[in-house]
Amino acid sequence: MFDYATVAVEAALAAGASYADARVVDTRTEKIEVLNQQVQGVDRVETIGIGVRALVGSSWGFYATADLTDAAARQAGARAAAIASASAGVPGPPVQLADVPVSEAFWESPFVEHWADVSLSEKVDLLVRVTTAMQGVTGIALARAELGFFDTNKWFVSSQGHRIRQHIVESGGGYDATALGERETQRRSYPQSFGQYETGGYETVRAWDYEGNAARIAEEAVRLLSADECPEGEKQLILEGSQLALQIHESVGHAIELDRILGWEAAFAGTSHLDLATLGRHRYGSELMQITADATIPGALGTFGYDDEGTPAQCVDIVKDGIWVGVLSGRDSAARAGLPPGGMVRADGFNRLPMVRMTNVGLLAGDSSLAEIIADTSDGVYMATNRSWSIDDRRLNFQFGTEIAWEVKKGKLGRMLRNPTYTGITPHFWARLDMLAGEKERVHWGTPNCGKGQPVQIGHTGHSAPPGRFANVRVGVKG
Amino acid sequence: MIEPVTIAQRLVEMVGDRAEAQATMGVGEAALTRFANSFIHQNVADAERSVTVKVSVEGRVARGTDNRTDDAALAALAERTVEAARLSPVDPEWPGLAPAADTADIDNYDPDTAGASPERRASLVADFVSALPGTDAAGYCDTESLVVGFANSRGQRVSSRRTRATIDGIHRVGTVAGSGHQTSVRLADLDGAAVGAVAARRFRLSSDPFDLKPGEYEVVLSPECMATIAIFLAFYGFNGKAVTEGRSFLEMGATQFDERVNVWDDPGSPGSVGLGFDAEGTPKRRLDLVRSGVSMAATHDRKSAARVGGESTGHSVPGLEAHGSLATDLVVGGGGVSEEEMIAAVDRGLYVSTFNYCRVLDPRTMVVTGLTRNGTFMIENGAITGAVTNLRFTQSFVAALGAGRVLDLGSEVRFADSEFGPGLVRAPAMRLASWNFTGGAEG
Repeated sequence: MFDYATVAVEAALAAGASYADARVVDTRTEKIEVLNQQVQGVDRVETIGIGVRALVGSSWGFYATADLTDAAARQAGARAAAIASASAGVPGPPVQLADVPVSEAFWESPFVEHWADVSLSEKVDLLVRVTTAMQGVTGIALARAELGFFDTNKWFVSSQGHRIRQHIVESGGGYDATALGERETQRRSYPQSFGQYETGGYETVRAWDYEGNAARIAEEAVRLLSADECPEGEKQLILEGSQLALQIHESVGHAIELDRILGWEAAFAGTSHLDLATLGRHRYGSELMQITADATIPGALGTFGYDDEGTPAQCVDIVKDGIWVGVLSGRDSAARAGLPPGGMVRADGFNRLPMVRMTNVGLLAGDSSLAEIIADTSDGVYMATNRSWSIDDRRLNFQFGTEIAWEVKKGKLGRMLRNPTYTGITPHFWARLDMLAGEKERVHWGTPNCGKGQPVQIGHTGHSAPPGRFANVRVGVKG
Repeated sequence: MIEPVTIAQRLVEMVGDRAEAQATMGVGEAALTRFANSFIHQNVADAERSVTVKVSVEGRVARGTDNRTDDAALAALAERTVEAARLSPVDPEWPGLAPAADTADIDNYDPDTAGASPERRASLVADFVSALPGTDAAGYCDTESLVVGFANSRGQRVSSRRTRATIDGIHRVGTVAGSGHQTSVRLADLDGAAVGAVAARRFRLSSDPFDLKPGEYEVVLSPECMATIAIFLAFYGFNGKAVTEGRSFLEMGATQFDERVNVWDDPGSPGSVGLGFDAEGTPKRRLDLVRSGVSMAATHDRKSAARVGGESTGHSVPGLEAHGSLATDLVVGGGGVSEEEMIAAVDRGLYVSTFNYCRVLDPRTMVVTGLTRNGTFMIENGAITGAVTNLRFTQSFVAALGAGRVLDLGSEVRFADSEFGPGLVRAPAMRLASWNFTGGAEG
């Protein structure tokens, strides 16, 4: 496979590229979905192909093909350069690339039990048992469960001498129960909305005790139908870990993407409220807020050995003691901003242009616990598991809804609340972070569905988060 | 090149009598020229190829996809998919394969667009950017061609093809922006300068925005906003599977919308960019979803149709089966009023250029939260008097279009970008009696 990539890179250089790289990517996926004990789909996808990136002047050109022959690879390289050259009709400042170590390497994500070695019937049986358990709860109309698996081999070659092979295995899944009321639906999910995905094999699924939580989840969905509506007002807000992970993803992770900050995503994904001139000085949140982008966390979904530009995975400080200190970057964006390259550029398959992507952007642990946080809360709401998320194009004004909440009064967890929502402005919200649980309750949550770019790419990102508390947050926004 | 339908047929034959089988092959090229800060920074193309086979071994169903089409790869795909099906439990709702049936004469394809060069896309981008020098223009111009062949073991064997071209962008300085959009089956129909001029006009109107107190306001919503409303209604409400599962707001035969509201799906109408059949090989035809405010129909694939004892409406979408079906060639009926006339009829309200990041809080009530973007304007005494900063709304899309709430329908029905992407919805602007804005720039 390295040979095809090499041929493509040589062809791109011969066609006028100042730099070129190529990735051969061989991907296998499996997805199984069960609804009310019936299999909705067993989908297996295998794709292989080559994507070539060529730099001419101020633009990247990219061409991808599923044909893997010397001739096709050569043609792909030449077309990538020709496409880049066509950009000269609307030129800008030349692209520079930040220096990175040139590596020849092999990296593999650790796994114990490859998902492909687990029989399809065992996986289906698990999902059928889980939906059976949820349906055993009176009032559940829809019991849905799914598993998803990815196996990706990449061969990367650059015109600067990179020659890197990686093998990344990802596994995960989850389930949800829906109860139908007269005028609304209520849903509960486990381990989190959209499932929990990690790098690793089937052992990551076994670790989550799917069956042991199914009845509880279903019972909560039914109880939500008759629960009181989440009250409106300013409250102390306690977020369960997976919701805090999504909060990080949306209001920190995207905001620190250097391509957004530089305006490269302005028309679609948007820009950022962050200004590079304030890097190192801007207060992002309270002093409890310590955020890193760490692509080296074993088992986390945003973990790899090298990004899709061949830059080694690394851990970068993003927010230190509440001050914004770092960004997510690639070689071109880092050079433009005069910052060190972060190795955070990845592509969704062989046929997409690599772009700045979150790695594992997460909170470091605090020194409290969920129990202590609740005990310390006088008038609050504890919200768990995301149900809706919306944030503006500068990652500033957000409104999130969760599946479930509980009232917290005078240090005690009280009545269940339905339709909980909260809203805020990013730096104001993070400034109110006043308690954070410790390492024992910190989970490396995975987000398998992050959309960005044109054509749209779906990214896999990780977000470590323990439960945390925020003061004076507006909750209970109504439609 | 071997025709996609021939490959699909070959794959069905490779499955043979081991299983019922349907196969789809798609071939095409998608190319996108992207610009930001007023220059082209990313320019991509992808020779797309995909072959999918779905098999049923006595009701045990599995699906496999590959992007290799040589005989060895096809044989392996057939083998592993049949094997996966054998290991799957029986699907008691397996509806069987689509019967052989002719498709309507739908050919939304333009060879010139299929072969468009990156230089032509760059030229359109140059025209857009030139419409207002001095801003940070950003957006894209893309072309897409697709030829799809379908075959199944019941003798259905059909082909269809389509092209689509879009230019979409903003003129922006800092946080102030205005947007424009055009989509057509033909690249030659697109006018970069005209789209750039629309974005430029909205940008100019957007300068010096002020924070408006949230609350209920009368609104004039652009076709982009209406496209997002329409596709959300289709995805969550007119989706037959959601209806059968009780997740939908839809009440068939009930007057759920204002009598001025008409919505239908039709890939055969002039200007559409749709294909002639769906993922199950069922021919597409016009389907009225809302007629004079009355909910008339839901979209169905074969499975949800069987649940209600009906026929598939031809709305199975590849990869979406678990969620249900989707209308992908939506039209929202227009009226006889221009946007200028709508604005002139508003005493105090807002014009919204686009919605952003909409998410459903509950599918039964269709309460959605989202934001305004790329131009939100104050209307006072029949004229735009200034720009306001982006607002958050929390609003039921169904209730917003309810009886008495639709005050005017725009005369221009055009492709408008929605949160689901371009080429899915043609819609007019609308004047609505009220819209619930729940937050401003400061929360």
